[in-house]
Amino acid sequence: MTFTDGFTNPMVWFSDPAVATSQKLLEIMFIIMGLVCINSALRNLFDKENKAPIGSGIFWGALGIVLLSGRWLPHAVNGMLIVLMTLPAIFRKVKMGKSDVPTDEYTKNQAKKIGMKIFIPAFSIGISAIFFALVLPNLGAMVGVGVGVIISALFLMSFNRETKPTIFLNDSRRMLDVIGPLCMLPMLLASLGAVFTGAGVGDVIAQVVAPLIPEGNMTIGIIVYALGMVLFTMIMGNAFAAITVMTVGIGYPFVLALGADPVVIVMLALTTGYCGTLMTPMAANFNIVPVAMLDIKDKYAVIKNQIAIALPVMVFQIILMIALS
Amino acid sequence: MEFSELIKLLGIVIVIIGFILKLEPILIVLLGIIVTAIVSLMDPITLLGTIGNSFVANRGMAIFILILLVTGTMERNGLRESAAKLIGKVKGANPGKVIGAYGIMRSFFAMFNVSFGGVAGFVRPVIMPMAIGAVEAKGVVPNEKHVDTIKGMSSGMENVAWFFWQVLFITGGGNLLVQSTLAGLGIEVELLELVRVVIPVAIFALVWAIVYYNLKDRALRKKYYGDAVDKTKE
Repeated sequence: MTFTDGFTNPMVWFSDPAVATSQKLLEIMFIIMGLVCINSALRNLFDKENKAPIGSGIFWGALGIVLLSGRWLPHAVNGMLIVLMTLPAIFRKVKMGKSDVPTDEYTKNQAKKIGMKIFIPAFSIGISAIFFALVLPNLGAMVGVGVGVIISALFLMSFNRETKPTIFLNDSRRMLDVIGPLCMLPMLLASLGAVFTGAGVGDVIAQVVAPLIPEGNMTIGIIVYALGMVLFTMIMGNAFAAITVMTVGIGYPFVLALGADPVVIVMLALTTGYCGTLMTPMAANFNIVPVAMLDIKDKYAVIKNQIAIALPVMVFQIILMIALS
Repeated sequence: MEFSELIKLLGIVIVIIGFILKLEPILIVLLGIIVTAIVSLMDPITLLGTIGNSFVANRGMAIFILILLVTGTMERNGLRESAAKLIGKVKGANPGKVIGAYGIMRSFFAMFNVSFGGVAGFVRPVIMPMAIGAVEAKGVVPNEKHVDTIKGMSSGMENVAWFFWQVLFITGGGNLLVQSTLAGLGIEVELLELVRVVIPVAIFALVWAIVYYNLKDRALRKKYYGDAVDKTKE
């Protein structure tokens, strides 16, 4: 790979008829998402109440640029921006800014006024996504989410006259501040998976498990793949980090290569991995943090209450994979 | 196997050690990436390019940022309060029933990628008082161990419902990752097909979680409060 690989001129890209309309619409959504992050970056940068304005500004700014223009920047430049945004996150220099969280009194009052109608904007995004996937498959579910967000915003504006575009921006900035730098973790885990794959980690794992699987035996291949997902997820604390490596290392050579349905096998491998997430203290935000939040004496109380769910669901999925493959 | 091959697994070891030492998760992942690149002799430009390319290819996983544009404003307009009111409609409750009802509600909303603030924002302020209140309503003092199990089960339901039902949200992060992983292997799949496959898993996981937690809760109530519970019809 060279430094300029991946560079494209956005004007040329957008006017290229070979690029699908759905791709272009999706890119517009990424531009909006990038702008939302850049809004957060600028507000935090000039926020006197933010204890780390520069770190917060760098983090949200770099994320915003990658979201907004990643499609056209050289791959290596995106890589540098991503490394740059991890730095304030690692040194805990991404902080919350001035919070304009609505008072309990206000939200209670709104709940009284609006009531159960508030679920309409809550559902409209998912419904729109499914509608696009079923009725307008050329545009796809992602574009449906974008349209759903617009519909949702229109409902919210009709429910409450005080809801202006600036309210949405302020509220989204507050939400981003609360979620903080961990919001990039899923994408970073995907990158870890890609680096593992690029480095040949998948091939090494394939060599390790090869003696376990009789040649051409798809059933054993599925079982090893699924259990490998559970084990690797437990080790890494996250199924997202596991799925790429396990699929390249085991799923592809020992199951898919024998003609199994990739939709069934890989999707269920991921959700089988989730059973691993339920059983590992490595997934601290799901299994350990709640123990502190709920003030439970036994540190592993959440995991202990999840094992008897995770194991049957795991077996169910392995049987399903074998039956549907 | 050759040592030069096995050493490639060092990145995985680093990740494990990082988690055991409770380092910052982003630092752990970055270290895993860098160490793997070094031991496999990847040049820096290829490394940066690989990180950048895959991150950009998986930008769809950040779609929640677009959804956040309205999430905060929904909360401003009473989403959480209305959800609390909705689950408050469960009558004649015991802890198992409350947790089961929460599981159904959370699963249903997870399909639409809607969450009510997690353990801190919803389980602690809404579900716990309801579940423990249901025990007190029977005129007994809640046993400490029973309360801890109720807390553990509530968190468990929170996770199980979200994990297995959020994959039914068509552009959920997991679905997009499976799609891009398969695309990397030259296999194109539709998001809708992926959703269809997990429907039976979602149903099985939720039903089993509800049944199991109710049985467990019933056994504990019998153990700790004995007759006091059996007399009141559930």
